[in-house]
Amino acid sequence: MTPVKQISVFVENKHGKLSSIARHLADNGVSIRALCMADTTDFGIFRLIVSDYEAAEKALKAAGVTCSVTEVLVVEIEDTPGAFADAMSLLADNSISLEYVYAFLTPEVGKAYIIIRVEDNAAAAKVLSDGGIKIVSQDEIKANA
Amino acid sequence: MFFQKDIETMSRKQLEELQLERLKWTVDYCYKNVPFYTKKLDEAGVTADKIKSLDDIRYIPPTTKADLRDNYPFGLFAKPMKEIVRLHASSGTTGKPTVVGYTKHDLDLWSDCMARLCTAAGATSDDIVQISFGYGMFTGALGLHYGLEKIGATVIPNSSGNTEKALMYMRDFGTTVLVATPSYALYMCETAKSLEYPMSDYKLRLGLLGSEGCTPEMRTQIENGWGLFATDNYGMSELIGPGVSGECQERCGLHFNEDYFLPEIVDPETLEARDEGEYGELLVTTLTKEGIPLLRYRTRDITKLNYEPCKCGRTHARMEKVQGRSDDMLKIRGVNIFPSQIESVLIGMDQVSPHYQLVVRREGFADTLEVQVELVDSSLLDSYGKIQELQKNIAKRIQTVLGIQCKISIVEHGTIERFVGKAKRVVDLRKENK
Ligand SMILES: [Zn+2]
Repeated sequence: MTPVKQISVFVENKHGKLSSIARHLADNGVSIRALCMADTTDFGIFRLIVSDYEAAEKALKAAGVTCSVTEVLVVEIEDTPGAFADAMSLLADNSISLEYVYAFLTPEVGKAYIIIRVEDNAAAAKVLSDGGIKIVSQDEIKANA
Repeated sequence: MFFQKDIETMSRKQLEELQLERLKWTVDYCYKNVPFYTKKLDEAGVTADKIKSLDDIRYIPPTTKADLRDNYPFGLFAKPMKEIVRLHASSGTTGKPTVVGYTKHDLDLWSDCMARLCTAAGATSDDIVQISFGYGMFTGALGLHYGLEKIGATVIPNSSGNTEKALMYMRDFGTTVLVATPSYALYMCETAKSLEYPMSDYKLRLGLLGSEGCTPEMRTQIENGWGLFATDNYGMSELIGPGVSGECQERCGLHFNEDYFLPEIVDPETLEARDEGEYGELLVTTLTKEGIPLLRYRTRDITKLNYEPCKCGRTHARMEKVQGRSDDMLKIRGVNIFPSQIESVLIGMDQVSPHYQLVVRREGFADTLEVQVELVDSSLLDSYGKIQELQKNIAKRIQTVLGIQCKISIVEHGTIERFVGKAKRVVDLRKENK
């Protein structure tokens, strides 16, 4: 089981905030592999999977941005109807509840990655790999950059 | 340690006799030298002869900050400019500043007051002191400066502003005492920790904090951050500057320099004397000042006095930390609120920084209070739930302390302005909304 590091950034709903975060990353040679942004009326949490999370964290902290690194599970599924539903069913059938989930298409044609945040990464990883779903490692994320 | 032990430990009886004699002198001096007071005392029918005991001070009408402003710049001066050797001014948020003038005698008594308080706090001639108050027209920096030089300490008049350079002096000169506002002391500590130098490069052992309020929690944070012992001191430019009162090492109240300043605690609305130990507004009468003598000056500060002798041996009354300014007091939905109460809630929480801003609005017919706080605990970024939980938790604690509901806004760390002087925590938008 190899969880992948995800960067979470606190953002007030202020004009230009996201572009400044993206710019800090770009200036430090970090490329964004996947992202998800959700907000309440006051603030948002910007979640990112990047090519080099250590460089990203360093760049953001140096810029005074409040951010943290958490471990999430990234799995690879077929880019076909029903594949996502199957993966989710595996988790639901084993009573593993999701805090959040987002997905992105891979550069490899026909595949998609799903990023999953659960309480217990190891338990979820076991359920998914036992169900025949491939767990993606940090190195693979980096290699795709 | 004492700077003037005979005065600082004199019996209450002797002290009160001295105060009465000086009060009579001041009333007479004001009457003869300041037309504003001649008129005021004539209207009230008070002459120095009418003052037979300290209680008789109640016949004297109070003086307000507005009186100082209305007589801008030199209207309340009791001496010709020839004898005034120094001017200071405090910035007014509206209109003209308040100008104060000192004779040589005043500067001397001021530095005595400061020397006493710094000695009581533990400063000695062995100390290297960095003054991080802004110099210039503000009284804070020069007040401490002269008092510390008087006790023989080495003074670094660093002023405020370039924090990284101030930290370099601290490391390189081996600074042992820091003079700063509590919020700046905290900001310097945050900055020091963000630099590559270990905290062991700093030799601070004592903090002389002042010029704005400091909650016990904030003080603990400053002490832990720097590894120093902090004391609080109190004063205001109208009275002299810092040096009116200050904590000894027992830290159980701020000793009032009662031979120079006569304190009273009154009901802020009726101006009637409060019983000993009761909270009320502090009124101060200067007892020997020549430049601007003031009778029953309304400080607008809410506090109480304790006349019991202190463990340190000093007999001068101890003033409790200021609970709030009646000027800062916010009335929200009929409830009196002091920003210091909100500060004490926030400082007890690790997830947010101690910097905050209050925004008061009128929505419809109701007042609303928004408290903006900075998120510092990045582990909460894992889920919205945790941040919302934090918001609820803060709101609940504030409601317990203040008795009113408020909206908590979480903002990014470092976005609330750090104040070098008196912190301006409140934005009241009610007037603008009409
Ligand atoms: Zn004492």
